[in-house]
Amino acid sequence: MADTPILALRGINKSFGAIQVLHDVDFNVYPGEVMALVGDNGAGKSTLVKCVGGIYGIDSGEFFFANQPVDLHSPRDAAAHGIEIVYQDLALCDNLDIVQNMFLGRELRRPLIRALDESAMERRSRETLTSLSVRTVASVRQLVSSLSGGQRQTVAIAKAVLWNNKVVLLDEPTAALGVAQTRQVLDLVRRLADNGLGVVLISHNMNDVMEVADRITALYLGRIAAEVKKADVTYSQVVELITAGRSGNIGLQPATAAESA
Amino acid sequence: MTTPGTDESETPSAAHMHDRPGASATEPSHDAGVVGASGFTNDAGQTTLMGAARAYVAKVRGGEPGALPAVFGLVVLLIVFSQLSKVFLTTGNLANLPGQAGPTILIGMGVVFVLLVGEIDLSAGTAGGVCAMLMALVATNGGNLNGAVKGGSYWAVVIVVIAGLAVAVWQRLWPATTIIALGLIVVLTHLGGHIWIAMFLAISAGTAIGCITGYLVARVGIPSFVVTLAFFLAWQGVIISFAGKGGAISMGQFYPVIALAHRNVNPTGGWVIFAIFVGGYGAYTLIRSIRRRAEGLAAEPLSLVLVRFGVLAAVGIFVVVFLNRNRQVNKAATPVIGMPWIVPLVLVLLVAMTLLLTKTAFGRYLYAVGGNAEAARRAGIDVRRMRIAAFAISSTLAAFGGLALASYNGGVALDIGGGNTLLYAVGAAVVGGTSLFGGRGRIRDALLGGIVISLIPNGLGLKVNINAAYLYIITGAFLLLAAAADAFGRRRQSV
Repeated sequence: MADTPILALRGINKSFGAIQVLHDVDFNVYPGEVMALVGDNGAGKSTLVKCVGGIYGIDSGEFFFANQPVDLHSPRDAAAHGIEIVYQDLALCDNLDIVQNMFLGRELRRPLIRALDESAMERRSRETLTSLSVRTVASVRQLVSSLSGGQRQTVAIAKAVLWNNKVVLLDEPTAALGVAQTRQVLDLVRRLADNGLGVVLISHNMNDVMEVADRITALYLGRIAAEVKKADVTYSQVVELITAGRSGNIGLQPATAAESA
Repeated sequence: MTTPGTDESETPSAAHMHDRPGASATEPSHDAGVVGASGFTNDAGQTTLMGAARAYVAKVRGGEPGALPAVFGLVVLLIVFSQLSKVFLTTGNLANLPGQAGPTILIGMGVVFVLLVGEIDLSAGTAGGVCAMLMALVATNGGNLNGAVKGGSYWAVVIVVIAGLAVAVWQRLWPATTIIALGLIVVLTHLGGHIWIAMFLAISAGTAIGCITGYLVARVGIPSFVVTLAFFLAWQGVIISFAGKGGAISMGQFYPVIALAHRNVNPTGGWVIFAIFVGGYGAYTLIRSIRRRAEGLAAEPLSLVLVRFGVLAAVGIFVVVFLNRNRQVNKAATPVIGMPWIVPLVLVLLVAMTLLLTKTAFGRYLYAVGGNAEAARRAGIDVRRMRIAAFAISSTLAAFGGLALASYNGGVALDIGGGNTLLYAVGAAVVGGTSLFGGRGRIRDALLGGIVISLIPNGLGLKVNINAAYLYIITGAFLLLAAAADAFGRRRQSV
């Protein structure tokens, strides 16, 4: 493989009390590619994401960012390495406008008086949305409460892009969206990768995954079933990986696991 | 041959473009999109006054009534009361309004901060009362609080102030730390004999109280309703305990305190204040509109800015002229003219707190915490610190309210800040448009709402034959209407 992963997880174990949720998980994110993370409910997708985001500590295992071992103990560590997570419940403030949400916690300020630099923030928000070819938003000064589900998702993703992040993890970005809005968001996901970011797409929707992903990692009961290139698998193979942990010669069989990547 | 040929080939296409205005209109806008911002069609803002008016109507219909209920209530009350009593619209009557509304407005401003983060502060009234009592005690005892109250009470005050200081330092609330530390020095060194220093001590005590309230709510995790209800009761007891056998303390000899409600800025000073605040506001909004438009950012239309400035200036001029009229009943005696000193105090705090909320990251975080605490937390905001800060600010402003109460009543009574004081302040914030559900509200809400709430007793007081029952019923009805507007607004927004 020509590509080296921008973010690599090696041998991650994570337990909640007596229940081990992640078993020796290896996970890779490649720059400029969309890695779909799929798995059934309870497979450990959200836990894995939260470990990457520094929200959960891990029991054992290592993180490598651009081949360098790194510690991800807190959301701040993750943010410092340019890892951004767009959560399922979006984490936007309804009572603030798009610009205010995009810069929340990282406001630009004017020198000396330390007051908020609204002009610079508004300009940069608009540039970011424009660079992502977002055309569905009438004004960046709209309150988020007035936006549709797809527009909110767009803002949340754009927020992740604004800070020149290297890796963006999207947790079920299309789960609550209609057809047209799903289309917008998937286009956006594709553009993120085309801009050179490593994108992780967590989704239950196989159509979305097969359409936009470059690679697919399937989790099965806390173990990695397989990491495959999308081009190498069929829709039904992915479904088998999710539901049974294996499909033909790929999946959770020690002998064949090595060649699956 | 070639040159005309190219000309000819280009001419039709140009003509073609002209024939299709739709197409030619699309092209440039698409190009602009690559350069800057095409998707954001409304970002240039409403360019006309009508457009701005339509946008405003849409906003109100969309569930953001803003100042509308308060202004509407104000107009209704003015009309009704002017019909009820001939005295109502005289300077002699309405010049009392600043003194009457001042405490409600000041405490209400503090309550806005707490409501913004989605909490409630029921103790603000009596906390302000405690602060005023402290001021009265140190001022009348040459700064010696230890001599004014029994030793145990003195050390209780010191411990409370130190606890507040500890919370402020721990949470890195540096302005609060400074204020409380200076207050602690005043208490320990018996410097409060000077009335100005005694007044500062009251403010400082308010900040300390707020830090403790905030700690119990945000860190210990007791619901703010319970914590502040407990303090509402406890501070009343503290006031009575501090007063001891002396009972109420007159502040008559202390000019700066009495001046708030009962002494007036001279007429020229009134005009200077008008020029600073109204002129400053006009200049700021005007420059902002022009500058933002020049930068191609969302901006208000110039006409809207001018109309708003005009209305504000007209109201301001009317108020200043009105208050500068002599309201001395005995025309032979020294004339009573000008605005009470509480007006500039309220205006200064109004501007300062508005700037804090709208121009600083701190203010932005307060809104964020009230709008979606989880989102704020994920954005790296220390939600608990913001909650503590909100309570600290609330009690600090409540201390100002306590001073205003002491001024209006001419002294510190045993029931200062008790009874309806706090409820009127919360009512003021809500009537003005601050949401009880958190995340929405402005400082000016407390001003507008406070005027409306205080106008009711002012007007009804003129009709001696009207039962006090009406006072409560009418005030209650206003509050209910305002809260209904808030709830209705939220329902509209969530649809």
